[in-house]
Amino acid sequence: MDDILVLAEHRNGELRDITFEMLTLANKLSRENNLAVTALFLGHEVSDLSERLKCACDRVILMEDPELANYSADPYLMAMETVIKDRKPMLTMIGHTAIGMDLAPAMTARLALPLVTDCVEVTLEDGRLKVLREIYGGKINAQLAMKPSDQYLISLRTGSFAAEAEQGKSGNVETVPAPAWTNLKGRRFLGYLEAELEDVDIEAADILVSIGRGIGKPENIPLAQDFADSIGATLACSRPVADEEWLPKSRQVGTSGKTVRPKIYIALGISGAYQHQVGMKNADTIIAVNTDPRAPIFNIAHYGIVADLLKVLPLLREEFVKK
Amino acid sequence: MNVVVCVKQVPEVTDAELEINKEGIGILKEDLEFDINEWDNYAVEEAVRIKEAHGGKVIVITLGDEDSEDVLRVALAMGADEAIRIDEEAFELSDAAGIAQGLYHVIRDLSFDLLLTGAQSSDYGWGQVGPILAELLGLPYASLVVGIEIDEGKMIVHRELESNTQEKVEIPLPAVLTIQTGINNPRYVSIMGIQKVRKIEIKETDSGELGLSEEEIGLMGSCVASQELSLPAVGEGAKILTGSLNEICEKTAQIIRDKAGVI
Repeated sequence: MDDILVLAEHRNGELRDITFEMLTLANKLSRENNLAVTALFLGHEVSDLSERLKCACDRVILMEDPELANYSADPYLMAMETVIKDRKPMLTMIGHTAIGMDLAPAMTARLALPLVTDCVEVTLEDGRLKVLREIYGGKINAQLAMKPSDQYLISLRTGSFAAEAEQGKSGNVETVPAPAWTNLKGRRFLGYLEAELEDVDIEAADILVSIGRGIGKPENIPLAQDFADSIGATLACSRPVADEEWLPKSRQVGTSGKTVRPKIYIALGISGAYQHQVGMKNADTIIAVNTDPRAPIFNIAHYGIVADLLKVLPLLREEFVKK
Repeated sequence: MNVVVCVKQVPEVTDAELEINKEGIGILKEDLEFDINEWDNYAVEEAVRIKEAHGGKVIVITLGDEDSEDVLRVALAMGADEAIRIDEEAFELSDAAGIAQGLYHVIRDLSFDLLLTGAQSSDYGWGQVGPILAELLGLPYASLVVGIEIDEGKMIVHRELESNTQEKVEIPLPAVLTIQTGINNPRYVSIMGIQKVRKIEIKETDSGELGLSEEEIGLMGSCVASQELSLPAVGEGAKILTGSLNEICEKTAQIIRDKAGVI
């Protein structure tokens, strides 16, 4: 049966947003191409959670086993292999997430099926897959036409497709047995780690002054801190600053850090990779300072300043200190 | 502990104005600076630290043109012991699986305990090569690794998940890990340091020597039929503030006051 198969993603007993983003896209493709949408739910003692998927697909395949309780590459790979070989879905969709980035590439090798990762737009025309990807840090768009294939694998970027709450479906839940675990390679899930103790809560701040790679060196951070102090803002950062340990990880905005929604977000020397945008694009007002007029941050900012942040900061601070 | 690291040379695009070539399938690279892929830099550093703590050697591999020897020299200067370059000629327009095939045909003949790759590259960002290599080699793997502890034939690794969360995973050796940025602080390599490793011979090979057929790699082996590159449409976007820097800062201050209420 020609099908779109969506791997439901969950962690700690909660469905992840990407699940409904993928199902919304799958339903759109199914309407255009007359295909059925199946959600695949792998887990352990999760039947109540799987019920929540029924309204967004034509069928839920539920596979429950202690090995599937938390995501782990080996059992997930075997489970996916079993279901895909059995159902032969035309398109299998996985989130471009910590799970999908781990799982999808190994699946393409094991199943010898074409894979495109990190898609932001997906179309199906007469069984041919076309996708849009962002490359070179979001500075170039690549429209890819895939070679003909009976089956495709894709991973979808989080936040690239808005989830619709009401999808007007009422699928049934079909339970399938887990395979015999014959091909496990010894990787074991041990547990989730608590986030480090936080000095400040950037999620609670009304104004965030956020610094990126453009700050240049740690010696320049007091400039940003002084400005933040002058307007009662909290200092946050993008990934490179936390990677360098110039600020603690708890100050990082983005996919792997925090999602913030302040009244004002002032992005200093942040180019605006999508992983960062995901964490701050819903701020009421975004002001971006960057030397590169083509930096992706300017696409989502409300106000832009094309200048060196080290020159801007002292002048801006003066505006608040002198008055 | 012998550690193999896959590295890639990429253009620096952060402050560059990119242009697309007239065929529409690549960017113009003449005016760009090139460097080691950021994720790979962290992977090399991690490999060298493992060697320093546990002994053994570090072998770095790249698939690239002659200029990409520069990134191998950087890795050698950081502390890698051997370097191999696979010539990229027959690999043009390969997909990630094609690149992984090239690397696999070299790596399968090496004796190693741990294989590291960057979690992704900053150019095309497929993020596929590491787990594909693991599957081809039949080894356990973990991706997006931000911490490694090695203990008697196994490792405890930390994987980075979303929302400031990590997971702890146990993996037996040998294994494949893809490295996320921030796992360490890569050491700085001076020009002097690179001079010192000038004489280390870089082994060279190519698709023919590795016995790869045209069908497996390049455009023929790729799952992509065609690609069309374009510059992202400049949407509504930001209102760019103009004037002297003083005027701009005055305007910005006014915006902050208006949007924040009283300051």
